[in-house]
Amino acid sequence: MTAPMDAPESSQHADPEAAARGSGAANRSLGQIAWQRFRRDRIGMAGGVVVLLLILVALLAPLLASWFGSPPNQFHQDLIEPLTGGVLRDPDDPAEGIDPWGGISTEHLLGLEPVNGRDLFSRIVYGARTSLLVATVATLVCVVIGTVLGIVAGYFGGWVDVAISRAMDIFLAFPLLLFAIALVGVVPDGAFGLTGNGLRIGVLVFIIGFFNWPYIGRIVRGQTLTLKEREFVEAAHSLGAGSAHIVFREILPNLLTPILVYSTLLIPTNILFEAALSFLGVGINPPMATWGGMLDNALRFYTTSPHFVIIPGLAIFVTVLAFNLFGDGLRDAFDPRSSD
Amino acid sequence: MLTYILRRLGAGLLLLAVVTMVTFAIFYVVPRWAGRTTEQLATMYVGRAPTPEAIQATIDRLGLDQPVIVQFGEFVRGIFLGAEYRFGNDTIECAAPCFGYSFQNYQEVFPEIVARLPVTASLAFGAGVIWLVGGILVGVVSAVWKGSLFDRLAMAVALAGVSLPIFFTGLLALAFLVHGWGLFGMPGYVPLTEDPFRWVQGLLLPWLTLAFLHAAMYARQTRAGMLEVLGEDYIRTARAKGLDERRVVLKHALRPTLTPIVTIFGLDLGLVLGGAVLTEQVFSLNGIGRYAVSAVTQSDLPVILGVTLFGAFFIVVCNLAVDLTYPLIDPRVRLHG
Repeated sequence: MTAPMDAPESSQHADPEAAARGSGAANRSLGQIAWQRFRRDRIGMAGGVVVLLLILVALLAPLLASWFGSPPNQFHQDLIEPLTGGVLRDPDDPAEGIDPWGGISTEHLLGLEPVNGRDLFSRIVYGARTSLLVATVATLVCVVIGTVLGIVAGYFGGWVDVAISRAMDIFLAFPLLLFAIALVGVVPDGAFGLTGNGLRIGVLVFIIGFFNWPYIGRIVRGQTLTLKEREFVEAAHSLGAGSAHIVFREILPNLLTPILVYSTLLIPTNILFEAALSFLGVGINPPMATWGGMLDNALRFYTTSPHFVIIPGLAIFVTVLAFNLFGDGLRDAFDPRSSD
Repeated sequence: MLTYILRRLGAGLLLLAVVTMVTFAIFYVVPRWAGRTTEQLATMYVGRAPTPEAIQATIDRLGLDQPVIVQFGEFVRGIFLGAEYRFGNDTIECAAPCFGYSFQNYQEVFPEIVARLPVTASLAFGAGVIWLVGGILVGVVSAVWKGSLFDRLAMAVALAGVSLPIFFTGLLALAFLVHGWGLFGMPGYVPLTEDPFRWVQGLLLPWLTLAFLHAAMYARQTRAGMLEVLGEDYIRTARAKGLDERRVVLKHALRPTLTPIVTIFGLDLGLVLGGAVLTEQVFSLNGIGRYAVSAVTQSDLPVILGVTLFGAFFIVVCNLAVDLTYPLIDPRVRLHG
């Protein structure tokens, strides 16, 4: 790297803080301003706290299950009414009938699953793992593809831009769910050296990542288009910087914030997608716990065990809502147009 | 105007070609990447009795040992001209448009899809009307009375709505509205031509459930669009020259807001028409989407292929329909197209 090429990056123009200083907010970086704004946004904060808790729950699933529940695949059929599969009100006296609350007690905090009587608390906690794992990794795939293609389209323009933009339109127009169903149908067990749920998770991540990247791609392309007209990029150009330097050292750092914000908003979409596929029976295979898979089972038991509908459904709802609120909050906090 | 239409038609055809290619790739190329041999691939199509002879016959029939490009040619030819499958002395005809032949159930796929289309179409159009009208209405009222109790309540519900998957709301509706409180009968499909009243009765709950999800999104979008437009200079001008508020809102502000909404509506409708997979699964409606899902559990590959292609075609057609209605909504398109 030659000396002139280092010059623009050591100057103030390249860093995002310069914008904050320029706009008169004394000595506060964009990050600090955003944090201050975000702290005042109670709804966004609440979303953020729930998101953090959920990540903790997913990480500590085995511990939580052993403290507050029983192993996620342990049957408790002694508590089940054999005819309908519902949970007994009193296991010692089957004449008492079925408990509409699904056996919620201190032993089983969220009650039991119909038929097999597996502990719902453990299954929900383990389900958080599956859900967050698939959604996060898939989002990472989206971010990588979307960022690379978005920058290429925005920076180079011309026919490259036309081709990539058209590709993004086409990807967004695909019947995603049908394609996902199809792909799960054609990929054989043992493909790519993966079997069982390892393969299923791989396929899910691939499908979601490969078809949802244009959401990130569009944002990155738009941002790149405006960034490349900015003075600091022009300065780098005039100092003789090459495309690689400008893309990686000048433009990319300024893209990190929008990428962060929009990937936070993409995670809930991907969570819903994973849940939908598991609900249809083409996602993760049982006995691995998934929220969508539980709702699929609930289709047969909603008359006797409404709790089996409510609990996994609420898990999905709370998670998706928390990510949406958190993402909206982040977006507003980082939005230069919103007032300080 | 004519050039605009021609350009859009061209783009639609291109999209159709790409979608066909991707569908073909998913079914004929991806399995090979995933390590399937020609024999294994043939087994997936052979149906009930995978004897070695049957597998070899399937390879010959589908040309699975041919180069990919030849296979693609046959695939496209089948769609336009129909296909014939030979089993020794027997011949099975698959009339054009041949979307595949289920060797498991000995049925052509396309007529099966068409037979299920009324269910899916009834679901899509009924729900579409509700979510479009409901979403826009709530969005406009929320924007006009921004910050009011109605606005805050509606937006809270809408935010919750976009975070609620339909397989949850649908199950809740079944568990409580149908089973628990008996407010609705069990959803089901009765053809409109047979009994319009029971058609509505059977589909009302699926309509409302499906519409709720989309209406939430439309309300948010309409509100945001309206607020942006209401801040424009020409709205101030319209007010300044003494137009009454109703005219300003309904005529001057609503129209530009609707353009993006119509775009999304076309795409959403196309998606739902291609198979409202989740809704049909929750309410056990035998539409196109459910056909595909049950095909997966039976590993009936040609059916999945046919439905995927059909769904993709619907999206392209709806895309085109949107593009062609654009000039009616936004006169600028007519001028610059």
